[in-house]
Formats: sequence, structure tokens, C-alpha cells
Amino acid sequence: MSTTYLIKNASVLGGEAADLLLRDGVIAEVGSVGSVRAEGAVEIDAAGLIALPGLVDLHTHLREPGREDAETVDTGTRAAALGGFTAVHAMANTDPVADTAGVVEQVWRLGREAGHCDVFPVGAVTVGLRGERLAELGAMADSAARVRVFSDDGKCVSDAALMRRALEYVKAFDGVVAQHAQEPRLTEGAQMNEGELSGVLGLAGWPAVAEEAIIARDILLAAHTESRLHICHVSTAGSVDLVRWAKSKGYPVTAEVTPHHLILTEDLVKNYDPIYKVNPPLRSAADVEALRAGLADGTIDAVATDHAPHPQEDKDCEWAAAAMGMLGLETALSVVQHTMVDSGLMDWAEVADRMSVRPALIGQVDDRHGRPLAAGEPANLVLVDPEAKRTVDRTALASLSQNTPYQGMELPGAVVATFLRGTATVLDGKLA
Amino acid sequence: MPATSAGLPERARPVLDEADISRALTRIAHEILERAKGAEDVMLLGIPTRGAVLAKRLAARIADVEGTTVPVGSLDVTMYRDDLRLKPARTLERTEIPDEGVDGRLIVLVDDVLYSGRTIRAALDALNDLGRPRAVQLAVLVDRGHRELPIRADYVGKNLPTSQRESVKVRLREHDGVEKDAVYLGTESETAL
Amino acid sequence: MKRHLLSTADLSRDDAVLILDTAEEIARLSARPIKKLPTLRGRTVVNLFFEDSTRTRTSFEVAAKRLSADVINFSAKGSSVSKGESLKDTALTLEAMGADAVVVRHSASGAAYRLANAGWTTSHVVNAGDGTHEHPTQALLDAFTMRRHLGGLEGRRVTIVGDVLHSRVARSNVRLLATLGAQVTLVAPPTLLPVGIGGWPCEVSYDLDSVVPASDAIMMLRVQRERMSGGFFPTEREYSRRYGLDAQRMAKLPEKAIVMHPGPMVRGMEISADVADSVRSVIVEQVANGVSVRMAVLYLLLSGNQSAIGPDIAENDNTEKKGAGA
Repeated sequence: MSTTYLIKNASVLGGEAADLLLRDGVIAEVGSVGSVRAEGAVEIDAAGLIALPGLVDLHTHLREPGREDAETVDTGTRAAALGGFTAVHAMANTDPVADTAGVVEQVWRLGREAGHCDVFPVGAVTVGLRGERLAELGAMADSAARVRVFSDDGKCVSDAALMRRALEYVKAFDGVVAQHAQEPRLTEGAQMNEGELSGVLGLAGWPAVAEEAIIARDILLAAHTESRLHICHVSTAGSVDLVRWAKSKGYPVTAEVTPHHLILTEDLVKNYDPIYKVNPPLRSAADVEALRAGLADGTIDAVATDHAPHPQEDKDCEWAAAAMGMLGLETALSVVQHTMVDSGLMDWAEVADRMSVRPALIGQVDDRHGRPLAAGEPANLVLVDPEAKRTVDRTALASLSQNTPYQGMELPGAVVATFLRGTATVLDGKLA
Repeated sequence: MPATSAGLPERARPVLDEADISRALTRIAHEILERAKGAEDVMLLGIPTRGAVLAKRLAARIADVEGTTVPVGSLDVTMYRDDLRLKPARTLERTEIPDEGVDGRLIVLVDDVLYSGRTIRAALDALNDLGRPRAVQLAVLVDRGHRELPIRADYVGKNLPTSQRESVKVRLREHDGVEKDAVYLGTESETAL
Repeated sequence: MKRHLLSTADLSRDDAVLILDTAEEIARLSARPIKKLPTLRGRTVVNLFFEDSTRTRTSFEVAAKRLSADVINFSAKGSSVSKGESLKDTALTLEAMGADAVVVRHSASGAAYRLANAGWTTSHVVNAGDGTHEHPTQALLDAFTMRRHLGGLEGRRVTIVGDVLHSRVARSNVRLLATLGAQVTLVAPPTLLPVGIGGWPCEVSYDLDSVVPASDAIMMLRVQRERMSGGFFPTEREYSRRYGLDAQRMAKLPEKAIVMHPGPMVRGMEISADVADSVRSVIVEQVANGVSVRMAVLYLLLSGNQSAIGPDIAENDNTEKKGAGA
């Protein structure tokens, strides 16, 4: 028997307050405050809290199999639940690479066993992420994991012909290719955003053009093949312009931005602390501005965390030797609140759209996630306290790794409760 | 508090005036010549900064009296001090050893104030690294007592009884930009520039 | 509190002048029969070299020994570093051994900065070259050499020619020389200039011939042969013709101008043999001055209870500034 929850007085999508009854995995009833009654239900006083559909992450690195010292499906999904997510897409760059039905099914099964949120494996586009020949995309699509998103993330599918074939091929099962846009020759040994600062710091530059050139090419390929292209972690103003242009043409292109690219800038690299080493790199303040604007006007469809756990030793070293990536799941919503909501650029309904509705559509899981908070819908939702303040303590995170760039920072908002199909995965801000 | 022309508060007490200092230097010059039986192998090495100024003045006095010029230079002892670690890193002063070198010479070290003796200890070490003088003597304008090492001056301008709380400040025209030479005695704050 | 020498950008004009003046006094002492000074007796200086550089390591070693410090050479070769021990663990080891100062050379930009600021060691850190970032003592000895020959640096025209993109020497020199009031011009093919160089405190030219006659000092940077395979310029011959210093070009220098090179030279590439050995060349002198300058740096960092140079670091303040974006 699953517990029945009666959420009282929650502000739905930041709007009018309502009571929501969660029973048998679905939202059984939504009514005005005080109107919903249920015998034996656990009541949750949600006054002052905002109810959003459970968040959906298009871009998570769970590291299992292969790097269980950095994260496991279990620890990563705990972090996800605490961050308000009810679904994550697990990237394919594991060891072995998720390029066969066997590996994606293993990840999917581990997610089911952990039970903290739904885990949708992303399949590799090419065998071993090597960019040479297509992986068995169809087998992964047909597997129990029902893969719809394919990505060589971490590596760019740089071969134009191969990218074209991938875009064409996934049409057969309505898949999407999620491109990590990074022209490899222009970014050999790249360490940080290329600009005046990289020159001064003596770190090899990662120029915006290396991202934008691939995005431009892939937009044209998507238009040509009439297939769906999703662009991972756009990080430059130029990329936003390109996506905006593609959408104006009606091309089937979507894009995501990470929370860290909405808040952090390349200036942080000055102290050579690899906690700020990430790919694509932190960019300029002007880029941050453009990304925020692009997210606000819908050019950028989704916020995706690119949650990338790394063990201490891969960050506690010199810059060049450090791994790229930062944690994101447990801080994503707070960063979005800080940069987009508290700044007046977006309202909570738009947050729900960018962090749940549209990611679910892109990932083809919109039958279960990113649904309206209405009677009869799956009870995947999150309660957020927008007035809360918290200071990030990396040792208190659920993730197995500690590489958060927000250590010691005070961020607004806190996830109070997360429900996955009516079951609380998080209650009172703690794992249930 | 109104400052005097020396940039010192009035409470700091002048203990030597220009004429006193001049007489003391003249006397020391005579004493050096007397004890050295002439100026032949004498070399004066002043300890920067004011000791170097005084060494030059002494050399001029000796030239007046004897008609010969004695080589004069400066010897910075900073790198040899025993209290380096107790204070922030110090600026080095000029060391200028006359071309004749110190070997076999009678070296007269010149300093403005003799106090603990530690500066002179450092100077003896510094000198040791420069060569082997025939003998080393010490000339100071003021000996204020309170020695912490078995060191004494051969030539003293003035013996000045002081308490350890007091501070002695020497002001010289060439070095301090004052109109008249003087030596002051007062508390640290009183004699601070 | 000042503790380290990591970058010339951290040096105020007063700091830089203090180092050069101190080096000047020390240079005077180096003519003596007994060159050793007792100043750093009992202090331990570790030369931590992750990259081979016999020249720089020897220079630091001589400098530290002349100040009576105990010197430990810890090089990547034949040590646990080559077996993959991290910078952090090496630092912890040296800390446990009681190193007062660590002179570090590393192939990664920022390694010295990291060593100084990551909380792995309480030693003073001297950057002896980090990747393509900085090599501050080289710039200081260059400035020292120029000051001696040119009688000062204010308004002097210094031309630095070559692979600026990969040169830590160029980076350190541009910052330091600007601080000291010199006018710096960088000359290189555009492929060997970093992006964003417009913001550096110097002029940039692609044409060596137009700059040579207006140079009081000209510094030739080494061009590594592997840059050619990287496609930064077509051939050695073309590079040498356009950006090398030969006797013909040298003849166009003003009368008292000097020729410098941080070494090691590639004779026949960026500098011809006759230029390197000419009377204008101060290249050998640079090496000698290196010892005095490094002694000055070690003295000013280590001798007192507080360093006299370097960036001011707030004590007990390990909280790094977190930028909150735009």
C-alpha cells in the first residue's frame, strides 16, 4: 500500500494556491485550499511552497559502470531526487561505453533498483565514442531502456558525414542526436575559454568558434535531413544566436544550457583552481548574459545539469591535469532561481517549462514526466521553498563526489519534497 | 606638537649639537692617527647608513691633519645580522670596499651609535668574508651602553648614559637633510621621525 | 602577508625596484673571494623541478647556496613524480621534510599558483616557470641586465621577438617591463601571438624590420622546432628570414642597443651565431645576473619574518571569491 499524501496550500507553478491529493501514483485530485479531504492521508503543509512538475535532466553523468569511485546510479539519483528531479538522462560515456543494448539496460535496471528517480540511459552515437561508425542505435531504442536520446557527449561527433547518418538513422524511432559541439582540431589541449584571460594565464584556449562552427553545421544538417538535433550545453552568445536563427527557420533544433554557464564566468579560472574546469569552459559575462536571455525567451529549451562527478584526486591537482566537470543536480534549481527567477527574467511556470516540460519532450518521456499538475496525471512533482537560503557544503551533498563550484556560496531556494509516482523520494529536504 | 627643524618633537632632548659632533670627530681622527702611528695602512669602513657618512667625515679630517687620504668605504652588515628573522625582510645597503682591499690593513669600523654590540658582531663576520685585516678597531659617535656582547669601542665621541626605554637618534646633514647635525635622546615615539 | 613570487603581475613598482636594487648590492658582493653569505643558514630551499631545466635549477641552486641555505634538488626524473605521484603529494612530502621555500618548475600553467594557494604547503613558493604562463625570475634578470646597460628602464624601448604564444618569458617580461615604465613591442607572426593580446600593456607588430631601428634592447625568444609541425609557420627558413636576428638586421639597431636571449638558443633559427657572439649580445651576462637576482628574491622572501615582495595575501582567508556571474 503506497502512502497517500495531501499537499495543502501549495502554490501551483508559483501561481494560485491549491491542495493536491497524491494517491496510487497519480494526482488524484486538485482543488482549492481546504477543499480536498482524504481519509488516512499524510498531510503536508505546503504554505509558502511552490509545486512544480518533477524536474527532468537531459544531461547527467552517473559514472556507473566504470567509475563507481566518482558516482553510482544509486548516489547520483539520490542527488537528483534531492535536487527535485524525478527523471535523469544518464550519459553514455561510461566504461564500458553505453553503446550496446546490454549496457543501457544495465544502467536502466540499476536506476529502477535505486528507485530515487527514473533513469533514462542515453545511448552512444558511435561505437566507443570513437566517432568512427554508428553504434547499434536501433537495438538500444528497442531495448528495455527504450533509448531515444543519443549522444557521444564528452566527444563531438565531428565527422560531418557520420553526423548526417546519425541524424538520418534515428528518425526511424523518433530519436534525437544530442551533440557535444566542439570542433576537435580547434580545441586541441584546450583548457579554458579563449580570450584575453587565457592568453594572460597561459592556458590553451577553447574558442567560441569551435562550438559555434559545429552548431552551425549541425543546424544545417538537421534542416537538410529533417531530423531532430539537440545541442548540449550551449555556452556562448554566438551559439544562442545560431539556435535562435534555426528556430526562426522552423528547423527541428533544441538546445540546453547548464546552470553553471548561467552563473559562473571565466574570471574564476584566475586562481587555477580546477573546481572551475569544465567542458565547455566557463565563458565571459557577456556570454552569461546572452544565455540567460536565450533561456528566458525560449531560444534555449532546457536547463540540463551536465552533472559531472569527479573524485577528489582528479580536482586536487594542477589545472592541466584536472578532470573537466562539476556537480549540478543538487544545486541546479537554486542556481536557476537565483539567476532567472530572482532576477525577474522568468517566472516559476517558465522554470517548470525549461526544467521539466521541454526536457521531457526532447527526451520523449513526456508521457510520464513534465506533465501538468492536474488530476489524473502521474504524481511526479516537487515542492520548493523559494524563501529558503542555504550555504552549499560539499561534504553534505548526496553525490559521491564533492566537486561543486558553489562551495560556501549562499543560494536561494530549497527542495522540500520530491514525489516520484506518488512516492516521496524526498521529504523535509531529506531523502525519504 | 610642533616639530623642530630636525623633524623631531621638541621633547626629544639634543645631547650633542653640531659643534660637539665636529669636535668629537676631530678628536677621533687624531686618536686614530696617534694609535696607528700615521695613516699608512688605515682603512675606514662605515656601517650604513650614518656610519658611512661619519667614515667619510673622518677620512676628510685625517686628510686635513695628515695631508694624506685614507681609503674609505662602507660595509653593509644586513646579511650578517642575527635578528633577520625577527623583523620583515630588510633593504640592503651599499657595501663599497676600496680597491686596496682589507688584507693586512688596519680597519677602523665606523658607526653612529654603539648599543647592544650586535651590529659590530655582524660587521666583524662580514669583514671576515672580505679578507684578513691586520687589526680591526671601532669608532663610534655615541656609546650608549647596554652591551649584549663582549664588544667595546676604541674611539668614542661621547659616552651617553641611557635607559633601554630611550632611543638615540643621530641626524647628519648629508644623510638626513637637516640644517645642523645633532644627536637626540628621548623615548622611541619622541625621537621617531 | 607577502609570501610568494608567482607572477610579475603581482609585483608593484616598489617591489620590482627593491628586487633589482637588492640584486645590484648582491652582485657587488659576488666579486669577493668568499661569495657565501650566512643569511639563510638553517633554511631549506627545495628545487622542485617537474621539467628538465639544468640552467634554471643550477642558477637557483647557486643562489640558495650562496645564501647558506640547504638545498634539496627534487626532480621529476628518478623521483616518485615520474611514477605518477601528484603535485599535491609531492608538496605534502616536502612540507613534512620542512622546506622553507619551494622553487617550482612545472609544465602546467598555474602549477606554482596552485602549490602556493591550495593549502598543501606553508612554504614560500617561487615560480621557476609554469607551463606557458610565467617565469618571473627570468624577467627580473632580464630587467636587471637591461637596467645595467641602458641606465634605467623608464621610457626604454624593448622589443621581444618570437613565440609569444607559448612563452612564459614573454608574459613575465611584458608585465614587469610595463610596471617599470619601459615601452614593450612584441613581434611575431600572428599565429604565435595569443588571442586578446590587444589588452596587454604593449605594442604588437608583425614586421621586425620596422621595429628594429627603434629598439634599445631586443630579446629573441626561442622557437621550438615542434611549432613548425604545429603549422604555426611554413618553414624554418621562412621564419628565420622574417623573424630571425642576423647581422644585417642587427646593424640597423641603434648604436647602444643590446641583444638578449633567455636561452637555450637555437642558433641559425631565431638568432644567427655571429649575433649571439657579438659585442652587443649580453646573453652570457644574463646568466650571471640570474644568480644575483635569484639571491635577491630568496633573500627578500625568506630572510625576515615577513617577505618584502609579492602579492599581499590576507591571512587565514582561504575562502575563494565566487563570482556570481553577470
